[in-house]
Amino acid sequence: MSRLVKNIIRFILLILVQVFVLDRIHVHYLVTPYLYFLFILWMPFQLSRTAQMLIALALGFTLDSFRHHPGFHSAACVLIAYLRPFLINILIPQEGADSNYEEPSAKSMGGFLPYMIYAGVLTFIHHAWLFFLEAWQFGDFWYFLVKTLLSTVISLLLIIVAELLFSRKQQFRTNTV
Amino acid sequence: MRNIFLFIRRYFNFIVLVILQIFCIYLIVHYNTYHNAVASGFMNEVTGKINTQYNKVDYYFQLKRTNEQLAKDNERLRNQLAENFDRPDTSAKIVIDSIPFDTSGNIRKWEYRAAKVVSSSIAAPNNFIVLRRGSAEHIKKDMGVVDPNNGVVGIVTDVSEHFSVVMSLLHKDSKISAKLKKGGEAGQVMWDGKDPNRLSLTEIRKSAKVAKGDTLFTSGFTTTFPYGLMLGTVQEVVPEKSSNNFNIRIKSSANFYNLQYVYVIENYQSDEINGLLKTATNKTNN
Repeated sequence: MSRLVKNIIRFILLILVQVFVLDRIHVHYLVTPYLYFLFILWMPFQLSRTAQMLIALALGFTLDSFRHHPGFHSAACVLIAYLRPFLINILIPQEGADSNYEEPSAKSMGGFLPYMIYAGVLTFIHHAWLFFLEAWQFGDFWYFLVKTLLSTVISLLLIIVAELLFSRKQQFRTNTV
Repeated sequence: MRNIFLFIRRYFNFIVLVILQIFCIYLIVHYNTYHNAVASGFMNEVTGKINTQYNKVDYYFQLKRTNEQLAKDNERLRNQLAENFDRPDTSAKIVIDSIPFDTSGNIRKWEYRAAKVVSSSIAAPNNFIVLRRGSAEHIKKDMGVVDPNNGVVGIVTDVSEHFSVVMSLLHKDSKISAKLKKGGEAGQVMWDGKDPNRLSLTEIRKSAKVAKGDTLFTSGFTTTFPYGLMLGTVQEVVPEKSSNNFNIRIKSSANFYNLQYVYVIENYQSDEINGLLKTATNKTNN
């Protein structure tokens, strides 16, 4: 399966899971389980940064269409797509690993810990920016902070589960052909 | 000039980020105007169709609860049938007919239309309900929506050909004029964005006598809802420190968790009343 087809299927599946499964679970009003942005975390290394931001905008806008209030998720997605390359540069261990592997994973980032830091930081920023835009209308700071932290924990759990369920096989590609 | 191009090339990604963020925030702030322009045409129909498919499955699992609701509704309506009332033999009697004009001069003011719910949310900070009935089936903007047991659900904000979007009470812009059954004080019902099924009532003076369990009605002051539809019951009364008002917590009578059918209410006089108000305001402005 080509990389493009794989990513399109991933896009559709993640949006459907978000809208029809996770959005219907009402744990508590302080916890909103989010998983759809995993698509941005799993985007290939090779894409240009502008393309990453535009794809992230499309993802956020699709989810916003189901929520009938455009803007919130689009803004959060674009922000993490912009910050993603910086984090990868800091966390990736050896020279050229981002050209040897296709996309971020525990293996390509050299261990489980750097990968979880990568996922954790981006999840936190996504939730913080999203809930900040929402809380800006309601204006309650503590509510915003607690909601961000709790939802980040739940999202990280969901990411770990997704990572264990759908193991992505990534072979080592050499660029010395 | 060369320096400007160099600057743009160097910070191109950052500039794209800023532009996209400004675009998104523009969408959030100006959502009402935007929503009418684009979403009602295309996105509304697409997401509506996907939601309809999902609802076919979801509906099956809620059949029992929906049945109970409809039976309750039937019971209430049967109790209102004319045969159940005995009328003393006097010369003056009140006749309410469903024909638009009858001999005693009654005019139909409100009409209820049933609509199927295809999707509804409660977990988001701004919640919407989508109905499988649109402008082709006589739904218009600003109509009121109630559940089968006459509990207020929300107001229609957007209509496409076969779907309509309802802003539920659980929305930050939702404001409904309400009246307490006991004292008759009027206030506004709003939502603080946290717990579904828990609303707040504002603009009630501290001099009013409010107790836990009091019933809250629609006031009938707006053209959206008739007088006396259930909004909820008082759960907690907290005096606001900074003002002369109470902050009252309300348990909503409509259950937003399992809506399957709702009624959309049309007011036949709304155009006339709103037109009159408009000319009155124009006169004072000039």
